[in-house]
This record gives sequence, structure tokens and C-alpha cells, in this order.
Amino acid sequence: MLDVARIREDFPILSRKVHGDVPLVYLDSAATSQKPLSVIEAESNFYLNANAAIHRGAHALAEIATEHYESSRAAIAHFIGARPNEVVFVKNATEALNLIAYGFSNATAKFRNGSQLLAGEERFVLKPGDEIVLTEMEHHANLVPWQEVVLKTGAVLKFIPTTDDGRLVVDNLADIITERTKVVSVVHQSNLLGTLNPVQLIGAQAKAVGAWFILDACQSVPHMSVDVTTLGADFVAFSGHKMCGPTGIGVLWGSSEALDALPVFLTGGSMIETVYFDHSTYAKAPAKFEAGTPMSAQIVGLAAAVKYLSDLGMDAIAEHEHRLTAAALSALQQIDGVRIVGPTEALNRGSAISFVVDSLHPHDVGHVLDSRGVAVRVGHHCAWPTCRRMNVPATTRASFYLYNDESEIEHLVSGILAAQKFFGVA
Amino acid sequence: MSLESMYQEIILEHYKSPQGKGLREPFAVEVHHVNPTCGDEITLRVHTAADGTIDLSYDGQGCSISQASASVMFELVQGKSVDDGFALEAEFLELMQSKGEKSGDEDVLGDAVAFAGVSKFPARVKCALLGWMAMKDAVSQNIGVGNGR
Ligand SMILES: Cc1ncc(COP(=O)(O)O)c(C=O)c1O
Repeated sequence: MLDVARIREDFPILSRKVHGDVPLVYLDSAATSQKPLSVIEAESNFYLNANAAIHRGAHALAEIATEHYESSRAAIAHFIGARPNEVVFVKNATEALNLIAYGFSNATAKFRNGSQLLAGEERFVLKPGDEIVLTEMEHHANLVPWQEVVLKTGAVLKFIPTTDDGRLVVDNLADIITERTKVVSVVHQSNLLGTLNPVQLIGAQAKAVGAWFILDACQSVPHMSVDVTTLGADFVAFSGHKMCGPTGIGVLWGSSEALDALPVFLTGGSMIETVYFDHSTYAKAPAKFEAGTPMSAQIVGLAAAVKYLSDLGMDAIAEHEHRLTAAALSALQQIDGVRIVGPTEALNRGSAISFVVDSLHPHDVGHVLDSRGVAVRVGHHCAWPTCRRMNVPATTRASFYLYNDESEIEHLVSGILAAQKFFGVA
Repeated sequence: MSLESMYQEIILEHYKSPQGKGLREPFAVEVHHVNPTCGDEITLRVHTAADGTIDLSYDGQGCSISQASASVMFELVQGKSVDDGFALEAEFLELMQSKGEKSGDEDVLGDAVAFAGVSKFPARVKCALLGWMAMKDAVSQNIGVGNGR
């Protein structure tokens, strides 16, 4: 059991007031989580005591900074069951997914240009008609980059469909993921619907046809114990800011084999082995994907975040959220006129709960909630096609994390009732 | 900060009974505007009548602010000259960008002054402007492409 009252002391922002003197009820952690003091202090301590350019310079401080940087990489790798050299630092999950997508279009462009491909790069060449399989519940970050790949390569997109209650239809995977499939990229847990997807099953079919398997783990790594090596994936992407870490830092995990083969994305300093006027050779992963001066302080901050989460225990966090999710689902469904968009039971489901209120637009629901201090997100949550698929223009989404408790569900419910009353629809 | 200060009674009335809603023919230009952060949408048609006045029709879905504002815009702009329509748009835009500092001239803006409180909420200003921006876009295009259909 998490001691939420104790935990909340680590997050001073949670006790601030909004709109003058209204206590904050923060139910928007699926968008971004709050940061504990230990993370804020780790980041500021780096600047106060250890800041220097890493991997360069022959002075004491540069070595101290490099040591902070590399030990942080090791801690973050350990947190997801990976080896340090399989962890690539990026800005966020969006960049991680773009990095992979660009690998495909860059390999294809070099191939079509007759340029020499590096070892393994041929495995990322796409031909017209090759298929990229996504799901009907992707975040724009795992959809738009692939639309760009399609425009550049002539590959085509296919989608694993979603049921009306927000689950993936996986009983005919072999019809969707076929010999023509070169890439399968799916969201582990949906940020809109909350669904936890059967990724091992999908990954097994991807492997059976020899396709690359990519996971958007933005909404799973912060909320449950994830060992990237057990998911059958070649690449896993997630963002630090949703897991108590700083903004500006995300992770791309790749198996050594996959990272070695994947073409480079951003190029320049720090990612090279040798440089001549007319060509260059590249460093090994992860360095080959980390061009330019990295976000050292944020990496140190993320390492503090994974320590914070590990000290609480990911299983305890998952159990806590599961209990809140079950309670919130049942409380919301008891309100007349409220409909959950996504699975209505807490089984295989995360704590992001989307809902619509009859005759009320989510923006108006969100506004009434906000006036009472309850912070939720409204809109299409960067999953606009998924909203259309679910036949809603937009939703209101409440999401719970390790610092939320039952009393906040009551605030949510009374806020929805107040909105219905205010607009005269109850 | 009370809810009533933003959701004026007039806004709620326009939301419940929008004026002029529903697409009509004939039209010279049709535009579709969306608010990409929240998905509010409006489709708006326009043609300028023989006497040079604006003839509008629209349909849309979205929050109370975006839908009520489109309704108020219709009431104000329908049948006005292009110059007057644009002047109203400029006046309303100024009110919406005032961050709560202006209350608007009721003689000019009529029911639209009820949106003054919305200007304090940056996230909602775009909602209030959606219909107006669609009108301005459509009428501008219409002047460019000529009359009728
Ligand atoms: C499922 C999912 N994928 C991708 C992203 C993109 O994350 P970021 O905006 O941090 O790059 C998010 C967060 O918004 C998300 O929830």
C-alpha cells in the first residue's frame, strides 16, 4: 500500500491553490506528471556542483559530469531491465518514434540513390507496397511520423481495429500482419482509452513474419513494472516527464542488434567516429544517436525519478492505480448521462479514463471542473482519429497517479454533477 | 472567479438555441475551420448578395463558447456589407485579445459583449473566435472569387 499522504509531501506543487484559494486536484498526469523534490534537487544539484560538458575536456569537472551522466544511464537502463548501451537519450517519446521512422525513410532514400548502405541498414529499406501496421488507438506521435514515411517510400499503412469498448481486435492478427508487413508499431497503453494492449501477442506475430516491432510505452513505463526485454520488441519509446522526471528527456530503448542496424537520424558532433571533408564514420550505439551536447541535467533528473519510483515499487504503484481506476470507473458510471470512452472495467487497463457527458461538450465540463480546482484534460488528446473511431468529437479525461487518492475521485464526481446542474442538463 | 462571469446567460441562450444554424444554398464559398487543440469544428458558407451584403449559413459542433459565438456572429453579420462585417470582426477580435481589460461597446457588438469574460481564459479565446475567423476567411475568399454560383 502506498502512503499517499506521505508521498504528497514530496510534491509541494500539489498543495498549491489555484484561482485564488481553491485547492488543486491534479488529475492530468497522463499529460505530464508532477515532479518530487528529489528530482528537482538532483537537477539543480547537477548545475550547482557537477555541470560541465560531458565526454569532452580533460578537467576534473568534465569527469564528474560524465560520471553523473553515465551512471544515470545505467540506472535508467536497470529500471527497464536493459543494458546501458541499449538506452538512447532523446528529447521525448515523439523524438524517439521519429528517430526510428526516419531510419526507414533515410535507409530507403540512400538505397534508391544507389548510396553505399552500412551493415544492417538494408533491413530498413521500404519498397512501395510494403506494409506498416499500427492500431486504431495510436497517439499522433506514433501515427504522423509513419504517414510521412509512407509519403517518402510508397509503403502503406494498415490498422489493427478497435472494438466499440476500446479493445484491440486481435483474433485475426495473421490476416493483418503478413509477409508484406515490414513494421509493426503499437501503443502499449492508450493515453485516450486507457487500454493495456496484448503486446506480446502482437509482437509474436510481427516476429513470425520478420517485421520490426516497436512499442510506444509512454503510458506504461510510468505506471507499471516494464521489462523491455520480455515484450518481444525491437524498440521501446517513452518520455521522462510522464514518470516524475523532467521535461526535455525521453528514452529510446533498442536491442543492441536493432540499434546497430538502424541508420542515424540527427548528425553532427558527438555521434561520429572519424570525420573527413567528404564523409564520416559513426560511433556505436547509443552515441551514434546522440548528436550534439546532451540534456545532462535532465538525464540526471530522470535517474532520480526512476530511483523515486523504484523506492516506492512499481508493483505497489500499479496496484494503487488499479484500485483508484476501479473506484473511479464505478463512480463515474453511476452518474446519469456519463459514458466511459474505453474499457469500462479496470482489467488490463490503466488509469487514464476518458468520458463524455450527455449534452455537454468536454470543454465546458473541463471548465466547470477547473473552476473547482480539478485539473483534467479535454479535447482529442492527440488521438483525433481514435476519437472519430469511438464516435466522439472529444472527451474529458481524468488520469490518476501515485499521488492521487480516493477523495479526489469525489471531487471529480461532484464537479461533473455541478456541470450538469449549471448547464441544466441533469 | 465565478462560472457565471464567463458563462453569461446570453451565451447559454445562444448555445441552447443557435441562430441561423444549418447550411443553406446558394453559396459561393464554403470553408471548414477547426480548433486543433480541442476538435471544435465549423463549416461556413457565404455569398454576397446582389446589393453587396453578406449572406451566411453555417453548421458546427463544439463547446458552448464556440457554438454560441458563431450564433452571435451570424446575428451581427448576416445582411451587413462586407466592410461592416469586417469592422465587427476587428472589434470582436480586439475584445477577445483584451485579457479581461475591455468590456466592449454594446452599441456596436450587441450580444457579443457577453464574451468579454471569455477573454480572461486563453484556452477559450480560440473557441470564441472560431466562427468569426471562418466568416472572415470565407468572405475574403468570396470577394476574391466573385459573386454567386
Ligand atoms: C501514448 C503516448 N504516446 C506518445 C506521447 C508523446 O509524448 P511526448 O509528447 O512526451 O513526446 C504521449 C504523450 O502525450 C502518449 O501519451
